[in-house]
Amino acid sequence: MNPGPLDGVTVLDLTEHIAGPYCTKLFADFGADVIKVERPDGDPSRSVGPWHQGIQGPERSGTFFYFNTNKRSLVLDIERPEAVTVIERLLARADIVVESQPAGRLDSLGLGWERVSSLRDDLPMVSITPFGQDSPYRDFKISDLVLYGFAGEMYSIGVQDREPVKMYGTASLVECGAAAATGAMAALTAAELQGVGQHVDFSMADAQFNGVDRRHAATIGFEFAGRRSLRAPGPAAGMLAGVYPCADGYIEFSGAAIRIPRLNEMLGRPDWLQDEKWWQPGVGLIADLVDEFNGLFLPWALERTKREIWEAAREAKVLCGPLFSVDELFEDTHFSDRGFWSTAEHDELGEVKLLGRPLTMPASPWSIRRPPPRLGEHTDEVLSELGFEDSEIAELRASGATS
Amino acid sequence: MPLPLSGIRVIDLTVVWAGTFATTLLADLGAEVIKVENMHVWQPMTRGGQARPSPALVKAGAGWATGYPNSEPGPRPWNYCPTFVQQYRNKHSMTVDLVSDEGREIFARLVSESDALVENNATGTLEKIGIGPDFLREARDDLVMLRMPAYGSDGPYRYARALGVHLESVMGHTLLRGYPDLDPSYITSIFSGDYVAGAHGAFAVMSALRHRRRSGEGQLIELAQAECAGGMLAQAFMDFSFNGVVQERIGNRSVDGFAPYNLYPALSDGDGSDGGDRWISISVLDDDQWLGLREAMGDPDWARDADLRHNEGRLARHDELDERISVWTSTRNDYELMHLLQSHGVPAAPVLEAARIYDDPHVQHRQLNEVHELYDGVGAFRFNKPFIRFSETPLGIRKPPVALGEDNDYVYREVLGYSDDEIAGFVERGHIGMDYDPDIP
Repeated sequence: MNPGPLDGVTVLDLTEHIAGPYCTKLFADFGADVIKVERPDGDPSRSVGPWHQGIQGPERSGTFFYFNTNKRSLVLDIERPEAVTVIERLLARADIVVESQPAGRLDSLGLGWERVSSLRDDLPMVSITPFGQDSPYRDFKISDLVLYGFAGEMYSIGVQDREPVKMYGTASLVECGAAAATGAMAALTAAELQGVGQHVDFSMADAQFNGVDRRHAATIGFEFAGRRSLRAPGPAAGMLAGVYPCADGYIEFSGAAIRIPRLNEMLGRPDWLQDEKWWQPGVGLIADLVDEFNGLFLPWALERTKREIWEAAREAKVLCGPLFSVDELFEDTHFSDRGFWSTAEHDELGEVKLLGRPLTMPASPWSIRRPPPRLGEHTDEVLSELGFEDSEIAELRASGATS
Repeated sequence: MPLPLSGIRVIDLTVVWAGTFATTLLADLGAEVIKVENMHVWQPMTRGGQARPSPALVKAGAGWATGYPNSEPGPRPWNYCPTFVQQYRNKHSMTVDLVSDEGREIFARLVSESDALVENNATGTLEKIGIGPDFLREARDDLVMLRMPAYGSDGPYRYARALGVHLESVMGHTLLRGYPDLDPSYITSIFSGDYVAGAHGAFAVMSALRHRRRSGEGQLIELAQAECAGGMLAQAFMDFSFNGVVQERIGNRSVDGFAPYNLYPALSDGDGSDGGDRWISISVLDDDQWLGLREAMGDPDWARDADLRHNEGRLARHDELDERISVWTSTRNDYELMHLLQSHGVPAAPVLEAARIYDDPHVQHRQLNEVHELYDGVGAFRFNKPFIRFSETPLGIRKPPVALGEDNDYVYREVLGYSDDEIAGFVERGHIGMDYDPDIP
């Protein structure tokens, strides 16, 4: 197989948890050599589940597993003075640095941008933090919930007489990781083409405020017209719009600009829909008709499975999506036949099936070349590549800088 | 110093949000992105729901959907629909009738002068009008092509029409989020699939350009948006892979089982129907943060319970903690709560309704928006700026939101090298202009 597009790139990775590791995962999965510097007790994502077979352990976390494929793990306590020479040699070797330490932490250890740029004027460094390097909230802490609530469009998600409701799990952090990867890739491009080293200050809050997940539209809608974007009064019930029950679950029609001819085809041209009142312009804005339509549509939906409905919708080009669950997706032949799923062979866990490529790039493909690393799995390997003798590695270990 | 992608020209055939976000990121980073548009074909959901929405429609509806400038459709509504206008910064726009032989010739000349092309139309659309990958390679053999179909170009779902919300349903996101005590019909559309697809798309184009620099070859990238969205649900997929467990929705609680972790009511100016309700998010991620929360609350008796010192005990009594904390938060201002809690090391922030961001000290300090004039003298407004800060190649708004056909002169004359006479002919034959056909509603 051809190497990925980032073949030959070395990433010094000082990121932890979700957002930073997702950014460097993209680099690793597309061919870069990502050297993940881990604290002696490991990336905190090793301490959260889901646990393999329900058993806790640093090599058994599903979160760590997914976000750290193809990386190498070097244990280093960057607070130890002995760690400085290791970092310096890593900096000499790296093509880009990506870090997600609390703003100011690397500076206080003498490993921040000032130091990096004094050692190398052609090395880009990306810092991924909740609020950036200079915000009045620079030292504030976040979670997925805190970030999405504050800077994403969470306020208008849900219904009016209830609290706003967030996305699944750590989705907003993954959005940020993907956006950070664009900044890192651009910085690498500038370094390779122009020899520019620079500091990229990536604020996760800024990536939510100015991203694309509807917040951008809600803010400008207010700026333009003074109008707010509120949560819905209740379940959506447009013509068709909303999540509807069906024979075996639920089916989604939200966001569908009404096109009666297509709905007519999807529903099999029922007699009731031939009444010209349904074909008048703006019918979707007439509340009584919308209610009547939904009353007539619902029995049709309840008699059919979500797959049957989706198939009818696809043929009629109606915007629609069934609400699948994760187990249904694992069995779905569309995705498996496309080769979406991937596997990684792990020393402790055996063969693990996991989400595959985010995109295909045939001439320089995505690939899983190695499983996520065991904690410190590559410490000796990387240190000897950096020119440390065995005795020096032993000294580093004795000092507690590595383990 | 030139921007990172300066000298790279990208043809933009994208629609709605996912594709347009990819090209927005590339444009922000310095690429010359040229939107190629057609005055005779209304592509819904890219320059508005309709080309000419009625004044009544523009006065009704949510701000994000129909909040046009000053609640008026304006002279050319397609240049300032709030749903899409933030995706027009830093881009060029040319018009050409691609559904004509002459239009395709003009387009081929543009392709020959470009490095990359991005599109996310329904599968088969480019082929239908005769500008599929073969046509593109013929015009430029090392072109980087990024296609972003919803479910891929093969398989039974390839022709399914979809917005981000639909493919998130298919990928399992819709069943994994929302109120645990209400059925899924209470779930509102989200578009995180557009976000990640757009970001991955920009990353992919830059990566493929690197491959082209090293090998001389272009390639056809396929980003199936559904597949790309999977990473946001990684824990759910890993739980099934590891354990056969199908996770259920848990509202605003922690997927990692940290407690307390939720939204709590703050002192409000109104309610959900008028945008005046206020909420504070609080996430206690370790036992020290629990101590911080206790201190912030004045260490009430109930919180001193030894069972609550460890996450396990707190998780077991999450409902009770939520009730207790809500009593404490509901009489307090959300920003004051954030500052108090953060000063005790506890992750917390208000849930900002979109209108409030302009007053936020962080947004102001980081200068996340900037005033620019809209085309046609419709007015000056605060638009989102590029959001990644580069120390040596700072990004900015080099061009305000682009109007349909605004850069025809530049593109036809300087990029494509057509003469005055040829351009006059293109105007006459309906390629060049700034207005959709009058019969398009």
